[in-house]
Amino acid sequence: MDNLKLDKEVSVFNKFLSLKWGFVLLISCVACIGFAALYSAAGGEFSPWASRQAVRFLFGMGLLIFIALTDIRFWLRLSYPLYILGFLLLIIVEIMGQVGMGAQRWINLGFIQLQPSELMKITVIMALAKYFHTATAENIANIKFLAVGSLFIIAPVALVLLQPDLGTSLMIVLAGVAVFFFVGAPLWIFISGAVLSLASLPIAWFLMHDYQKRRVLTFLNPESDPLGAGYHITQSKIALGSGGLSGKGFLEGTQSRLDFLPEKQTDFIFTLWAEEWGLLGGLLLLFLFGLIFLYSLRIALRCRHAYGQILAMGLSINFSLYVFINIAMVMGLIPVVGAPLPLISYGGTSMLAALIGFGLILCCDLHKDAKLPRMHVTRSSF
Amino acid sequence: MGSNKLNTTGFSRRVFVLGALQGSLLAVLGGRLAWLQLVQGDKYKTLSDKNRVSFKLVAPPRGEIFDRYGVPLALNEERFHILLDSSRSEDIEESLRRLARYIDLNEEKIQSIIKKSKGVSSFVPLEVKNDVSWSEVSKIEVNSANIPGIYIDNTSVRNYPLKEASAHLIGYVGSISASDLKKDPMFSLPGVRVGKTGIEKAYDKSLRGDVGNQRNEVNVRGQKIRTLEQNSPGRGDNLFLSIDAELQKVVQGYLERYKSASCVIMDAHTGAVYSLASHPGFDPNIFTSSLDKKQWQELVSNPKFPLNNKAISGQYPPGSTFKMVTALAALEAGVIHAGTTVSCSGQYQYGKDKFHCWKRSGHGTVNVVKSLMVSCDTYFYKIATDLGIERLSDMAHRLGLGEKYNFDLNEERAGLIPDQEWKIGRFGQKWKPGETIISSIGQGYILATPLQLAVMTSRLVNGGKAVKPWLVGYVGEQKMYQEQWPSLGLSEKHLKLVHLGMDRTVNHKDGTAYQSRIEERDKMMAGKTGTSQVKKISSYEREQGIKNEDVIWRHRDHALFVGYAPLKSPRYVVSVVVEHGGGGSTVAAPLARDLLLEVQKRDPAKVKINF
Repeated sequence: MDNLKLDKEVSVFNKFLSLKWGFVLLISCVACIGFAALYSAAGGEFSPWASRQAVRFLFGMGLLIFIALTDIRFWLRLSYPLYILGFLLLIIVEIMGQVGMGAQRWINLGFIQLQPSELMKITVIMALAKYFHTATAENIANIKFLAVGSLFIIAPVALVLLQPDLGTSLMIVLAGVAVFFFVGAPLWIFISGAVLSLASLPIAWFLMHDYQKRRVLTFLNPESDPLGAGYHITQSKIALGSGGLSGKGFLEGTQSRLDFLPEKQTDFIFTLWAEEWGLLGGLLLLFLFGLIFLYSLRIALRCRHAYGQILAMGLSINFSLYVFINIAMVMGLIPVVGAPLPLISYGGTSMLAALIGFGLILCCDLHKDAKLPRMHVTRSSF
Repeated sequence: MGSNKLNTTGFSRRVFVLGALQGSLLAVLGGRLAWLQLVQGDKYKTLSDKNRVSFKLVAPPRGEIFDRYGVPLALNEERFHILLDSSRSEDIEESLRRLARYIDLNEEKIQSIIKKSKGVSSFVPLEVKNDVSWSEVSKIEVNSANIPGIYIDNTSVRNYPLKEASAHLIGYVGSISASDLKKDPMFSLPGVRVGKTGIEKAYDKSLRGDVGNQRNEVNVRGQKIRTLEQNSPGRGDNLFLSIDAELQKVVQGYLERYKSASCVIMDAHTGAVYSLASHPGFDPNIFTSSLDKKQWQELVSNPKFPLNNKAISGQYPPGSTFKMVTALAALEAGVIHAGTTVSCSGQYQYGKDKFHCWKRSGHGTVNVVKSLMVSCDTYFYKIATDLGIERLSDMAHRLGLGEKYNFDLNEERAGLIPDQEWKIGRFGQKWKPGETIISSIGQGYILATPLQLAVMTSRLVNGGKAVKPWLVGYVGEQKMYQEQWPSLGLSEKHLKLVHLGMDRTVNHKDGTAYQSRIEERDKMMAGKTGTSQVKKISSYEREQGIKNEDVIWRHRDHALFVGYAPLKSPRYVVSVVVEHGGGGSTVAAPLARDLLLEVQKRDPAKVKINF
């Protein structure tokens, strides 16, 4: 309890001052690239996308700062309740889907169409962070302890798969696996897991929906059906490739302006950006993302409690997974999975989820020296 | 006290592994981007252009047609038409049925469009309906979301301001037939029309021009965003005709007094045709919008053949208008001279055959001039007997009968001038002298078109020059006509005798056309009447006193007249045929007089073709 008192002495104002403003600026830069791309996607108009996206960003920024300044013990305490809340929301959309609205993935809150699966990615990491926060070395080597922890992942993934949303479930799994990896779970688990999942690919294929199978097949040979299912990938590659070194120029991307590029304001926004700004613009964006990853890693490494380490690292991995999967998809490196590019793609939930994630990472940074209570046995030092 | 911190070195090591993984994944993405944009950039640039640039053929506006004064005879008018882009409609039939809710579109038309859509590439839009009204346009625009593939575009529609009066001369344009489709890439475009008859057909290639092309930037739905490059189509050439549009209208008005008639007014010296009319006609504008089956059936089955241009394709026995040919042939052959006379008793005996003169009581003693004036048949029976068919047909050919002139209209017919060889070739029989006798008065096998009779008359009165008729003065700026014609080598003296005969026919009180003379001294005319039998009145009927007026219309005689004016310096030649009209002197001559008066009043010859 002393610890809590100690922390309260640090005023909110001082916390605000010691916020990593460089990191905030970096995030804002990437978001601004997003606004420019959305402005271009609308044919040189702020409406309908760029302006709304900017409002969401500002709202999200407020949320980010609030989350960052909030005492990390509050988030530690809320980790399980938030996880359960996210899980309930997932069940709600699943029921709504059953009722007859098709593959619906969101709840309409009026000002935003909330996708619980996006929030779930964060709450899974929070829950895992809390679970492993109190874990001992023996726990982590204990297969039973790890199996119980893996339920945090398996339960929501099963629900998301039911939606069905292969991309999101895959991302939850990957982020979860990453958490298991850096908390120090034995390597043989990952090796045997990889072997096992390779072996189960045929079963996965059997369980996939037709459109999911089509996406995979299309990915393997996009040119086979240029006007059909392979259309997205083919047009995206044409747009990227025709951008060349320096791009076609702002607002001059013919592929996107003439609507050859599908979903240009959401999933394929990176394509639009790289068509207009070329390799230089594309590499700049990748570089900025790389800086964000690095910054997050540094925060995780400097954190002096397990909860913050796991949370910062997990959220950073989660964010980078988004980036990799989206960009690899639009370049035709992986099948089309329907994942937005965080901070850039038009979409409320994705923007908010990204900023909430960064808020938590910054919270870890601000509270890196906080003394967090332990509920289980004190781990002996190694 | 133990810290609730992960194994520092272990954690750091694994974080480092993940960081390295992130870094290498970023490098993979960067590498992939460079591969696509640098190494394969050119390939994708080409593909991107292929996407956005659409190559399109563009039809030029069709050349317009004007008369000698620049009065329009065929114009283009901007209208709307409805097109179907089958690549944007998943179910063409459904689209058409929905369209039929808003506009008049019958089942037959729907089926024909569906049929047509199977024959062409889906990139070429199909014309669903042309000449669409404003109210239809607005109905379709409002409901366009419900009728995929249907859209409205501008098109030009041919307009013929003279209507019936130019129907045969100018002709009309219509949709391209399946067999013509391959002839010109322009034909695949919607709204392009091809000349079907008249000048529109004969000069179709010049009027049509050359197809152009456009490189357009299009969006994914194929809608044009902007034009990148344009090779302007070669505009169709305008045509400038020898026709006098005002005269043409007046002439058509005169012809409308009769059930079926045609006429040609031409320049005896230059060959310029000032008017070429045929009645009954039709309004060619009905062909440019949609002509329904019923209207078409009516036109085709009409016994007066309104679709035919009788002035150039109607072939009639020339009757007595042929007598100048016989007279001139005999004079040139030395069979007769100015003073040669024949006694006409009302009939002519050859062997055991009897040939009647139209005047039962006979004309008494007649020479060549008088025989033309009173149209004495006996005189020509006699001289033809001495002349023979070969020399007669030779003169007919020299005067332009029995052949085509390579005239500006494809509907031109050759008529027929028989000779011995022809008879054997046609019937495998030898020519009979009696056939020469009836040929001398333009009956028997002889056939001529009104245009040929006008040419014949022109050659007689222009000093014996081999003039040919023409209509098209200029194609664009290129001159198409000639005004000087070679001499036929006819004797001036003999031609004078023929002129005198034609003069007296009209201006002598005993002449067959005296009632139709022109009294104004500077506009006096000369000419020759003709009445050609369609069905022989049998001698039984003759005894019963049956006259031409009692016979049913289509068996009645044709009334003909060829003439010229002014008398002293011939310029205008007219030839008229009133089908089944009765006598040449009572029906055709008054018409010819009216026409010669009109043309002299307007005097188109004094104006050069304005182009």
